[in-house]
Amino acid sequence: MLAGGKMVLVSALVGRMYYLQVVEAERYRTLADENRINLRLLPPLRGRIIDRFGIPMADNHQNYRLLLIAEDARDVNLTLDALGRIIPIGDGERRRVLRDIGRNRSFVPVTIRENLNWEEVARIEVNTPDLPGIMIDVGQSRFYPYGMDAAHVLGYVAAVSPKETTGDPLLELPGFRIGKAGIEKIHDLALRGSGGSSQVEVNAFGRMIRELSRREGQPGAEVRLTLDLELQRMVGQRLDGESASAVVLDIHSGDVLAMASAPSYDPNAFNTGLSTEEWQAVATNPRGPLTNKAIAGHYAPGSTFKMIVLLAALEKGVISPTAQVFCSGKMELGDAKFHCWRKGGHGLVDAKRGIVESCDVYFYEVARRTGIDRIAAMARKFGLGAPLGLDLPGEGDGLVPTRKWKRKAMNAPWHKGETLITGIGQGYILATPLQLAVMTAKLVNGGVSVTPRVTGDSVGNQIGAVGVADRVESIGVAPQNLKLIRDAMTEVVNSPVGTAFRSRIRESGFAMGGKTGTVQVRRITKAERDEGIRKNKDLPWEQRDHAMFVGFAPVHAPRYAVSVVVEHGGGGSSTAAPIGRDILLEAQRRRSAEPVPLAVNGSDTATRGGQSEKKRG
Amino acid sequence: MSDTTLKPPELSLGEKLWHIHWLFVALLCLTAAVGAAMLYSAAGGSVEPWASRHVVRFAVGLLVLIVVALIDIRLWFRYAYILFALSVVLLAAVEVAGTIGMGARRWIDLGYFTLQPSELVKVAMILALARYFHGASIDDVRRIGFLLVPVALVGAPVALVLRQPDLGTGLMLVMASTALFFAAGVRIWKFVAVGLVALGAMPVAWQFMHEYQKNRVLTFLNPESDPLGAGYHIIQSKIALGSGGMFGKGFLGGTQGHLSFLPEMQTDFIFTMLAEEFGLFGGLALLGLYSLLLIYGFAISMRCRSQFGRLMGIGVTSTFFLYVFINIAMVMGVIPVVGVPLPLISYGGTAMMTLLIGFGLLMSVWVHRDVMIGRRGGDEV
Repeated sequence: MLAGGKMVLVSALVGRMYYLQVVEAERYRTLADENRINLRLLPPLRGRIIDRFGIPMADNHQNYRLLLIAEDARDVNLTLDALGRIIPIGDGERRRVLRDIGRNRSFVPVTIRENLNWEEVARIEVNTPDLPGIMIDVGQSRFYPYGMDAAHVLGYVAAVSPKETTGDPLLELPGFRIGKAGIEKIHDLALRGSGGSSQVEVNAFGRMIRELSRREGQPGAEVRLTLDLELQRMVGQRLDGESASAVVLDIHSGDVLAMASAPSYDPNAFNTGLSTEEWQAVATNPRGPLTNKAIAGHYAPGSTFKMIVLLAALEKGVISPTAQVFCSGKMELGDAKFHCWRKGGHGLVDAKRGIVESCDVYFYEVARRTGIDRIAAMARKFGLGAPLGLDLPGEGDGLVPTRKWKRKAMNAPWHKGETLITGIGQGYILATPLQLAVMTAKLVNGGVSVTPRVTGDSVGNQIGAVGVADRVESIGVAPQNLKLIRDAMTEVVNSPVGTAFRSRIRESGFAMGGKTGTVQVRRITKAERDEGIRKNKDLPWEQRDHAMFVGFAPVHAPRYAVSVVVEHGGGGSSTAAPIGRDILLEAQRRRSAEPVPLAVNGSDTATRGGQSEKKRG
Repeated sequence: MSDTTLKPPELSLGEKLWHIHWLFVALLCLTAAVGAAMLYSAAGGSVEPWASRHVVRFAVGLLVLIVVALIDIRLWFRYAYILFALSVVLLAAVEVAGTIGMGARRWIDLGYFTLQPSELVKVAMILALARYFHGASIDDVRRIGFLLVPVALVGAPVALVLRQPDLGTGLMLVMASTALFFAAGVRIWKFVAVGLVALGAMPVAWQFMHEYQKNRVLTFLNPESDPLGAGYHIIQSKIALGSGGMFGKGFLGGTQGHLSFLPEMQTDFIFTMLAEEFGLFGGLALLGLYSLLLIYGFAISMRCRSQFGRLMGIGVTSTFFLYVFINIAMVMGVIPVVGVPLPLISYGGTAMMTLLIGFGLLMSVWVHRDVMIGRRGGDEV
């Protein structure tokens, strides 16, 4: 009986064994493999970002990392002491290293420092015998050779935050970086490539025993931008010191040749990691270095909008090009008075003179006759009021007001006075510098649509191969009207009475046309007006006017369009136009096949200096 | 008293040697050889450090077995109580002079080797109980009073072992003695009654258990609750067993064992390794081998003419069974983790010595199967 009982128990064991080894075998086999096989991800090389001529703007460079393997160091503290005599190690750094060593198994390398320079690497290598357990490892990290110059287009990469994990195991790799802004963000997936993997057999402590198989990853795609690096750098440096932005477009292809926003930031700093104070300084700066003002900044377009108002009127036959309006310096509508920037008035003003001298009263009258909805329709044709579909994150919409919009947004009827204000590009209307550049491009390219882009279509493993033909699509504006506008804009810069005459390009064949704008950011009260308007430079910075300029060049066969906005920069003609001139000159020089004449004959010098300092537009 | 007729003739030493159950010994050797092979694998394909010493120990143990087998069973009968008393004293001595290892005080260091009295007491207790029940009539066994003495005999070493603390050995002593009580003719209802009382006492016992013992029981009840802590052993063991499948991963091919996922694979978890490398068939083969040993053990016991020999044989066989059952059930996650080695396979000298001495006694029972032992140990019937 005893023996029988035991046999029953043995049978129970057999049954259990059968259950584990046959019924559940598959499950446990999988578990055993999961135990022993570790999939190690091999991070792919991030794709480069190059300019239109192939010069790398975002590259990968070798990142020398200093690692400590506790197992190989006889005494971690002694090694750190010895290391401290070669490169200084702070107390906090030391505590972090010791903490990391404590958390990991002794054969796991702990990072002491990243991004060592070559001299440090050399000093450490020479002293290797005295530094048991110290290892220098070479990784790849993102590097922007031109730092701040194209930060807003390129964006930056930084460590993955928990919110950004998508289940892609690459993102969970320690030290992995993803694009957080600009091209780096919008093309992040393509730039990232796909990770390779290496199957390694590990023991229970995680130590690698051998590699079972290896699959190389796919390096990230190369992104070719439409930017011209040299022009981009010039624009970035020209804006330095201001809170400003500028966009340069090829008016036919829509290629963004340069796009800058100032102040800028150093994208390399995000890669290595910012300290809390550094981050605070960047994030709370009132001039917004992190914002790409060229696409996200909203400004009333001011006088740069007058071309649209005039076109709307001409197209609808509301006014003829030769019809004159009398400017006495102000216009009255009901009880309200609307002032021209020139206190004494312009006298009789026709269409061309209205643009050239930027007479406000002329445009009050034109706008009044045209009506807000027709102005808005024309503005939309020229790309205002809606995002343009640029392949960068954070593009602003702008705003083109209509009666309907006001009823919906503010639940209030439209006032006639508001049409007048819109006629000079003030009031509700808002545009981004990119929209202004596109508007300018359409005004001078023969009235065909333009879709701005910083990268083109993808070809093979490259995004944005330049040279793909654009379809030409007319926006349906009469050529003679466009010609009038173009001629007027040419005179703005090249006629002695034009508001930007002082900024004209004297180099022959490079002459530009354009339009200045000065946008009030505060209301001028009647009392102030009576006392005499305070000069801009007497006002606090954030109350000064925005300076705007839109331009194109060369006048005889336009190729480039530019828009410049200098926040609180004062006058459009004094601050923004000279910047626009420098940019357009450089753009033409860059592209010009012929050698550029360095100095021109002094034929224009006689007419120099005939303009008043302040132009309000 | 009187030298009467029916007594079988005394055997000479040579004859005794001849009478040893050599087939049984051969099965033991085979089992130990399996053990050596597994230890070779556990060391990653090396006889060092375990397999070689395992073989040496077995060889020594085999000599001890033969010596024990040749000693006259009446001598064992005569010294049964003395040996038992000695082992209990040693057990008590552990309390005073023992070496602490693995969180418990179990060993006495004797210079050349360490002695684990809790192993000795397993054999000594069988001897003592077998002697006590030898010649007891059915009426005797039915009296509760008669059973008080053997219960005390069991209680003393169990109490000492539990104090060490060694729950596994304590339970083994209780279960082996239960088998002996049963074989001696104690009625089943008495076991049931004791079992119920024990069940009632469990909450009380829980209070006195060590934290690690409580953990083991809790872990057993739900191993997945703490996969990296206390439940790790059982989970990894089940993974190893299960992944072995029908035919295993091949000799030296076990991944769980060789990559250190299996804890204690050369001792308590060696069956897991065997089953991982040789699969269900390997495991069944070993169980078959053990079953053969058990069957022979019971057959030998039953064949013995003296009650002492019979009980001793059953005691040894039952202890052997308990080793096998507890160990295998443990690694398969059927019962909690208790530190019981797999007999003749696991690395470890003390348990092997205990078993081989036990089997020596079994052989002695076989050799002296026809020797009559009087009620009080003499030749009288």
